[in-house]
Amino acid sequence: MRSLYSRIKLLILVNLVLVASASVVPAQSHLLNVSYDPTREFYEEYNRLFAQHWKATTGQDVVVNQSHGGSGKQARAVIDGLEADVVTLALAYDIDAIAQNGGLLDKDWQSKLPNNSTPFTSTVVLLVRKGNPQHIHDWDDLVRPGVKVITPNPKTSGGARWNYLAAWGYALRKSGNNEQGAREYMKKLFANVPVLDSGARGATTTFVQRGVGDVLIAWENEALLAIKEFGPDKFEIIVPSATILAEPPVAVVEKVARRHGTEIVARAYLEYLYSPEAQELGAKYFYRPRLKAVADKYASVFPKVNTFTVLEGAGGWQNAQAKHFADGGTFDQIYGK
Amino acid sequence: MLVKLADNSQKRGRSWSLFRKSSPLPGFRLSFLFMAIYMTVIVFIPLTAIVLHGAREGFGAFLHTIAAPRVLASYRVTLGSAAAAAAFSALFGMLLAWVLARYSFPGKSIVDALVDLPFALPTAVAGISLTALYAEHGWIGRYLEPLGIHVAFTPIGIVMAMSFVGFPFVVRSVQPVLEDLDQAMEEAAASLGANSWQRFTRIIVPVAFPALLTGSALAFARAAGEYGSVIFIAGNMPMKTEITALLIVTKLEEYDYSGAAAIASAMLALSFTIMLLVNILQWWVQKREGKRG
Repeated sequence: MRSLYSRIKLLILVNLVLVASASVVPAQSHLLNVSYDPTREFYEEYNRLFAQHWKATTGQDVVVNQSHGGSGKQARAVIDGLEADVVTLALAYDIDAIAQNGGLLDKDWQSKLPNNSTPFTSTVVLLVRKGNPQHIHDWDDLVRPGVKVITPNPKTSGGARWNYLAAWGYALRKSGNNEQGAREYMKKLFANVPVLDSGARGATTTFVQRGVGDVLIAWENEALLAIKEFGPDKFEIIVPSATILAEPPVAVVEKVARRHGTEIVARAYLEYLYSPEAQELGAKYFYRPRLKAVADKYASVFPKVNTFTVLEGAGGWQNAQAKHFADGGTFDQIYGK
Repeated sequence: MLVKLADNSQKRGRSWSLFRKSSPLPGFRLSFLFMAIYMTVIVFIPLTAIVLHGAREGFGAFLHTIAAPRVLASYRVTLGSAAAAAAFSALFGMLLAWVLARYSFPGKSIVDALVDLPFALPTAVAGISLTALYAEHGWIGRYLEPLGIHVAFTPIGIVMAMSFVGFPFVVRSVQPVLEDLDQAMEEAAASLGANSWQRFTRIIVPVAFPALLTGSALAFARAAGEYGSVIFIAGNMPMKTEITALLIVTKLEEYDYSGAAAIASAMLALSFTIMLLVNILQWWVQKREGKRG
């Protein structure tokens, strides 16, 4: 009799614990957003915005933790076991690598959210010193003898790969799809590069703070940020006649999210990036909004540009990687003998 | 328990006589065990993993990776700069150690503490500040520029960053030896008619040389493995100012794990060979000194 009683007691206790834990777990979920370097401030603010939105719509609390670093390094960390629920990286190639090497998400991840899974875009522009003393107006001016160009190493920097493909795409169009011509342009361009920083921020520092070089090839958001930080009396932005549409993508790391039970909130976290509020926030941090209404509102910040995508300019990331940045690719040939 | 173990080892100590000279300190077996575990877990397993990972693609691919022109150029840049930095550190580290050991001046303890600072400072900070100083518009760089001396983004900058992280090793190796050196020996030599150069070459150098060699070898090793400070000041131009560590990072960036491991193994082998040679040299010097003394 006694043992039955104690068994019942145990059962009640177990039930109590289960009920308690069941009611605790969904009330607060945790997400880890693994991102690249320059997005730190944007996501800090966006995480607060999303937490409010999630609380208002579902009544649940969500805490989003962030991790930042070079895009490629972050992708490797996720492959090696960093438990990211979502990744928001600088280029699709890095998320492809997570899909291929880790099998943590589907290979067709980029079709799961609107606009190639890129809620914001940016573009590659030229930042010059005030007054434009070297008269730089387009890509052609960068290969003039004596002009010093600052751009990071495309082998180590995701941002630099966008720069490289922007210049390549321009040169290819200019020479009427003649690859030999484009190759010669790139060779001349990199002959004018005195320093190859390992990351995009490093290159910005070299140009802006060390005073090295006449022109910095940079993402528009980095260039606008530099002007905001150091004043419009120091630098100006030159928009070239044609440039690349930079699309930093986002994705749910499905396998991890499933294990954490955060699939729904992770997806909502990324979908909310397309909302008017988040688009406006992105514009505040100099990312070009996808939403037309918001884009129109900020038309004075973002000048009209004539862009081509990676697909149009270089046949997509897999091709671009194999052709330009892999061992023995066009970038290595520039420095080969 | 420990005492008992030590006791046992004393009793059965004879079987270990191959490994050790008889010592009054107990606990050889225990400490040997700890040493073995430590070396295995912290040093041997990670290093073996690197070599195995590097060899995964087969010997041909391994050789192709580590002997590519750009990689060969990076060994030259890295080891050459590290050797130059070690030589520079040896000279000025010795000088500084001498000053600290022999003279007293106001603020000496502050200088003494400053020597250790490069150990504690994150190396990236050192690299960034050196670059800021020596870039063409930096505080120092702007005066060197008209003279045609470029420091930042050239091999000179690499040597400078490597010397910064390396020279405390020389100071800290040589200083205690110089402090322990009995001045009476020099006085005796002087009273026997030795001039100052003779006293320096015959007494101070032989005593300090093994320590100087150790310090320089450590400085060299530190410099050869340095990444954080060098990367900012090097300019990272392929074939010219690209260090091996950057090429390893580059390979990782391409998700080429085995390529990265292959270059790392090659660097490991090179560094190990050089350290081994220095150790042999040191052993030889000590033996010669021992005979003479």
